[in-house]
Amino acid sequence: MRFGVVIFPGSWSDGDCFHALKNVLGQQVQYLWHKDRELPALDCVVLPGGFSYGDYLRAGAIARFSPIMAAVERFASGGGLVMGICNGFQALCEAGLLPGALMRNVHLQFRCQWTHLRVEASNSPFTRACRPGQVLRVPVSHGEGNYYLDDASADRLEANGQVLFRYCAPQGEVTPEANPNGSLRNIAGITNARGNVMGMMPHPERCCEGIMGGVDGRYLFESIIQALAGE
Amino acid sequence: MTRPSKEALAEMALTPEEYDRILDILDREPNPVELGMFSALWSEHCGYKHSKPLLRLLPSQSPRTLLRMGQENAGAVDIGDGLAVVFKIESHNHPSAIEPFHGAATGVGGIVRDILAMGARPIALLNSLRFGPLDNPRNRHLLNGVVSGISWYGNCIGVPDVGGEIAFSGSYSGNPLVNALCVGLVEKEKLASSSVGSEGNLLLLVGSDTGRDGIHGASTLASRAFESGAEMRPTVQVGNPFMEKMLIEACLEAARDGGLVGIQDLGAAGLTSSTVEAAHRGDGGFRIDLSKVPRREDSMDPYEVMLSESQERMLLIVRPEARDRIAAVMEKWDLPCSELGRVEGGGRARVFNGREPVADLPVEALASPTLYRLKGSMSRDVRKARRFPLSRLPLPGDSPAGVLLRLLKSPNVASKEWVHRQYDSQVQTNTVLPPGAADAALLRIKGTSKGIALSTDGNGRLCYLDPYVGGIIAVAEACRNLSCVGAMPIALTDCLNFGSPERPEVYHQLERCVRGIARASRALKVPVVSGNVSLYNETGGRAILPTPVIGALGLTEDVSKRSPAGFRNEGDLVVLIGASAVEGNPGSMAGSEYLEVCHDLLAGRPAIDLDMEVRVQALCRRAIAHDLISSAHDCSDGGLAVALAEAAILGGLGFNGDFNHNGRWDAALFGEAQSRVIASLPPRRLPRLQSMAQEVGAPLTVLGRVEGEEFRAGGFINLPLSRLDDAWRGGFEEALTGGTP
Repeated sequence: MRFGVVIFPGSWSDGDCFHALKNVLGQQVQYLWHKDRELPALDCVVLPGGFSYGDYLRAGAIARFSPIMAAVERFASGGGLVMGICNGFQALCEAGLLPGALMRNVHLQFRCQWTHLRVEASNSPFTRACRPGQVLRVPVSHGEGNYYLDDASADRLEANGQVLFRYCAPQGEVTPEANPNGSLRNIAGITNARGNVMGMMPHPERCCEGIMGGVDGRYLFESIIQALAGE
Repeated sequence: MTRPSKEALAEMALTPEEYDRILDILDREPNPVELGMFSALWSEHCGYKHSKPLLRLLPSQSPRTLLRMGQENAGAVDIGDGLAVVFKIESHNHPSAIEPFHGAATGVGGIVRDILAMGARPIALLNSLRFGPLDNPRNRHLLNGVVSGISWYGNCIGVPDVGGEIAFSGSYSGNPLVNALCVGLVEKEKLASSSVGSEGNLLLLVGSDTGRDGIHGASTLASRAFESGAEMRPTVQVGNPFMEKMLIEACLEAARDGGLVGIQDLGAAGLTSSTVEAAHRGDGGFRIDLSKVPRREDSMDPYEVMLSESQERMLLIVRPEARDRIAAVMEKWDLPCSELGRVEGGGRARVFNGREPVADLPVEALASPTLYRLKGSMSRDVRKARRFPLSRLPLPGDSPAGVLLRLLKSPNVASKEWVHRQYDSQVQTNTVLPPGAADAALLRIKGTSKGIALSTDGNGRLCYLDPYVGGIIAVAEACRNLSCVGAMPIALTDCLNFGSPERPEVYHQLERCVRGIARASRALKVPVVSGNVSLYNETGGRAILPTPVIGALGLTEDVSKRSPAGFRNEGDLVVLIGASAVEGNPGSMAGSEYLEVCHDLLAGRPAIDLDMEVRVQALCRRAIAHDLISSAHDCSDGGLAVALAEAAILGGLGFNGDFNHNGRWDAALFGEAQSRVIASLPPRRLPRLQSMAQEVGAPLTVLGRVEGEEFRAGGFINLPLSRLDDAWRGGFEEALTGGTP
């Protein structure tokens, strides 16, 4: 499949996503520059983690105005798969492609740690390789990952099956202790209503090889590859 | 200009004799800009005037070294496969004492640019930090500020922070130590120089605008003692990590262009030191026009522009025909880029502001401060502390189990996860052994089977009691940490944190310590390829404990052969490598954590047998390479009992051992005899380990087994693992939130 990884000024997971997709999963990957106005022919766009534009103002707030984001919006409205990881999730929320906002972590500290994620919906193109309720082990690394949405909208999100992942304990219980940042209802990853745009704070690209301490990140990328292959 | 008063010269960290030398060199009075340039470049921070004669004692070469210390911005070693690793440690102690957040943040930024100036991609950061005790709110404020500053800057630039250490002692109250180490990776043939090359090359300034921040940081802040009450904030710089990230990407892209001759960072003394150092390396001169420097404030005068320490700026030296290509790369990354001037023959530093000449000085003299070789002598307090009869020390009131819990809770020993989790340790996806999991951090090198290991170490208490032996131990322990994960030590970088060298007792510490480092470096066959000196670490007339921090780099040919610190398998045997028995020798308590925590005492004479050290490390590496052992952890702060407890906690598995020992129980359990490693292994592999130990000549003692959920050490300690776990994991945060002193 053909993946594109956007480079914003300040992105730092671009290389990690590229490596995971190309060298671990054997996919075609190319970088996309934030000043470009058109996308080449692609099957999936990845917005990587980092501090785009220094995250000055608000995380992801300036990235949404970069020229490539208009092209990404068009790609998404045509049904293309878009995956936002960490800062990419923040930019997708700022751009209005995903509902809600990511606020500063409730404890006001940056957190880099392994988390457990319970798969809440396994019919999405981003999770179809997972079992419902499966627990994935994936690290987070962010200072602003505290997902927020008003209650009524959050209820709709849940009813539509747009919540993909929740932070949980190793056995799958959703507890306050398992929540690394104070996210509403332990939400770690969501999709848009159509299901083709996804955002998550944890970093699946960091856990695709055993030597990195875990391989659960592959489930996400393999889901996308399966979905694109129409399997 | 009339001759400045002695006091005015002292403000500039110049002596009257040095001023006379300037008059001799110029055969006229210097103007204020010129004097400022001399003051900055002849400061201890830039010119190493007290330390250079001592630094020459350090062995700096091995078959792997590509550059010698001082030759470039950082040392470089060949790791094979056409790759070189570049690394260096640097202090930002004084700025962090004044403004901990930005002081620490810009410390990270500065060392990253040193690595970038070698054309290398920064791939890892480590920090070695020292603070006063956490029961003092000021020290808590400093710790919080420093950790937040490192987290803010390091996380934003996408370089993983993979380790380091944090320790506490009263002597660092008011004068914390903030040492940052950066590691870079570069194809060997792409190693960049920071020399100006030939005449006619152009000097481009890229990155941030120049402001009034940090003027005279080198001479005022870093090169003399200061009083904490004095308002010094204007001499501290403010960082912009986003600009740094742009600089990293843009400079690495520009470095692929053959027309880029040299890269030099602007650090201490800003434009002055970067231009003069680059010219000096290239045996050339230069001419620059300050009116071309983009400024934050229009009213800045040439003096301020030449000495500003505004962060995130680099000097690029390019061939004229490459100028437009390099400028286009900078534009791609939205980085301001201005052509300041060009390289000239004649060895002069010629500075203009428009057409007006501002300074005209000989490069050679600017780069050659007067070097001082002072006379040191041991202080009376140290003599007394060394003579203290440890054999007559009363046993503590606490039980052995009570002592163990106290030590595990002590902020020096307790888990530093509260700190590590605020740093991104995984970005770039190379971190195989993350902070806290093993004695050293381990990174894979993508595209090869290799890994590099990194560790920092330095014990102020031991260096206070015996700076020579303390220097040896700092090197031995940093290298031992590498050997415990299975890596061969291949290079060292050192940061020498001391008080004022103008005091005989401090100069004595500095000299003996450097000699100790040199001795250990030769014995372990690992050269010192880069380093930094931070003197004048004093407040209220009291020097810090002498604290050399050694950063060590190790190489493993097969990164899949590695060892964590924690136990891994129920039923494994636990052995002590490096001793044929558990000894309760009172001398081993010298300078130990146990003496400080339980007796409030700093006394005794540390000792180490370097031959034994070499053998112990060789055995560790061989045992790991042959997949014999499941875990390895060195005995350090808190001695044998703490090392065993940590291995049990990290592995989530209990320990059961007999613990026959000679002598005092406190020395046996908590003494800090050197060259000892705790390893665990499946019982069937013991005979092979024993024969390997015999071949290498390192003694071995079986201590017990990995077993159950309790920690049992003979008749002395019998505690549920959960109690140890709570003490070790909770101790740091408890101290930080003011729970216990």
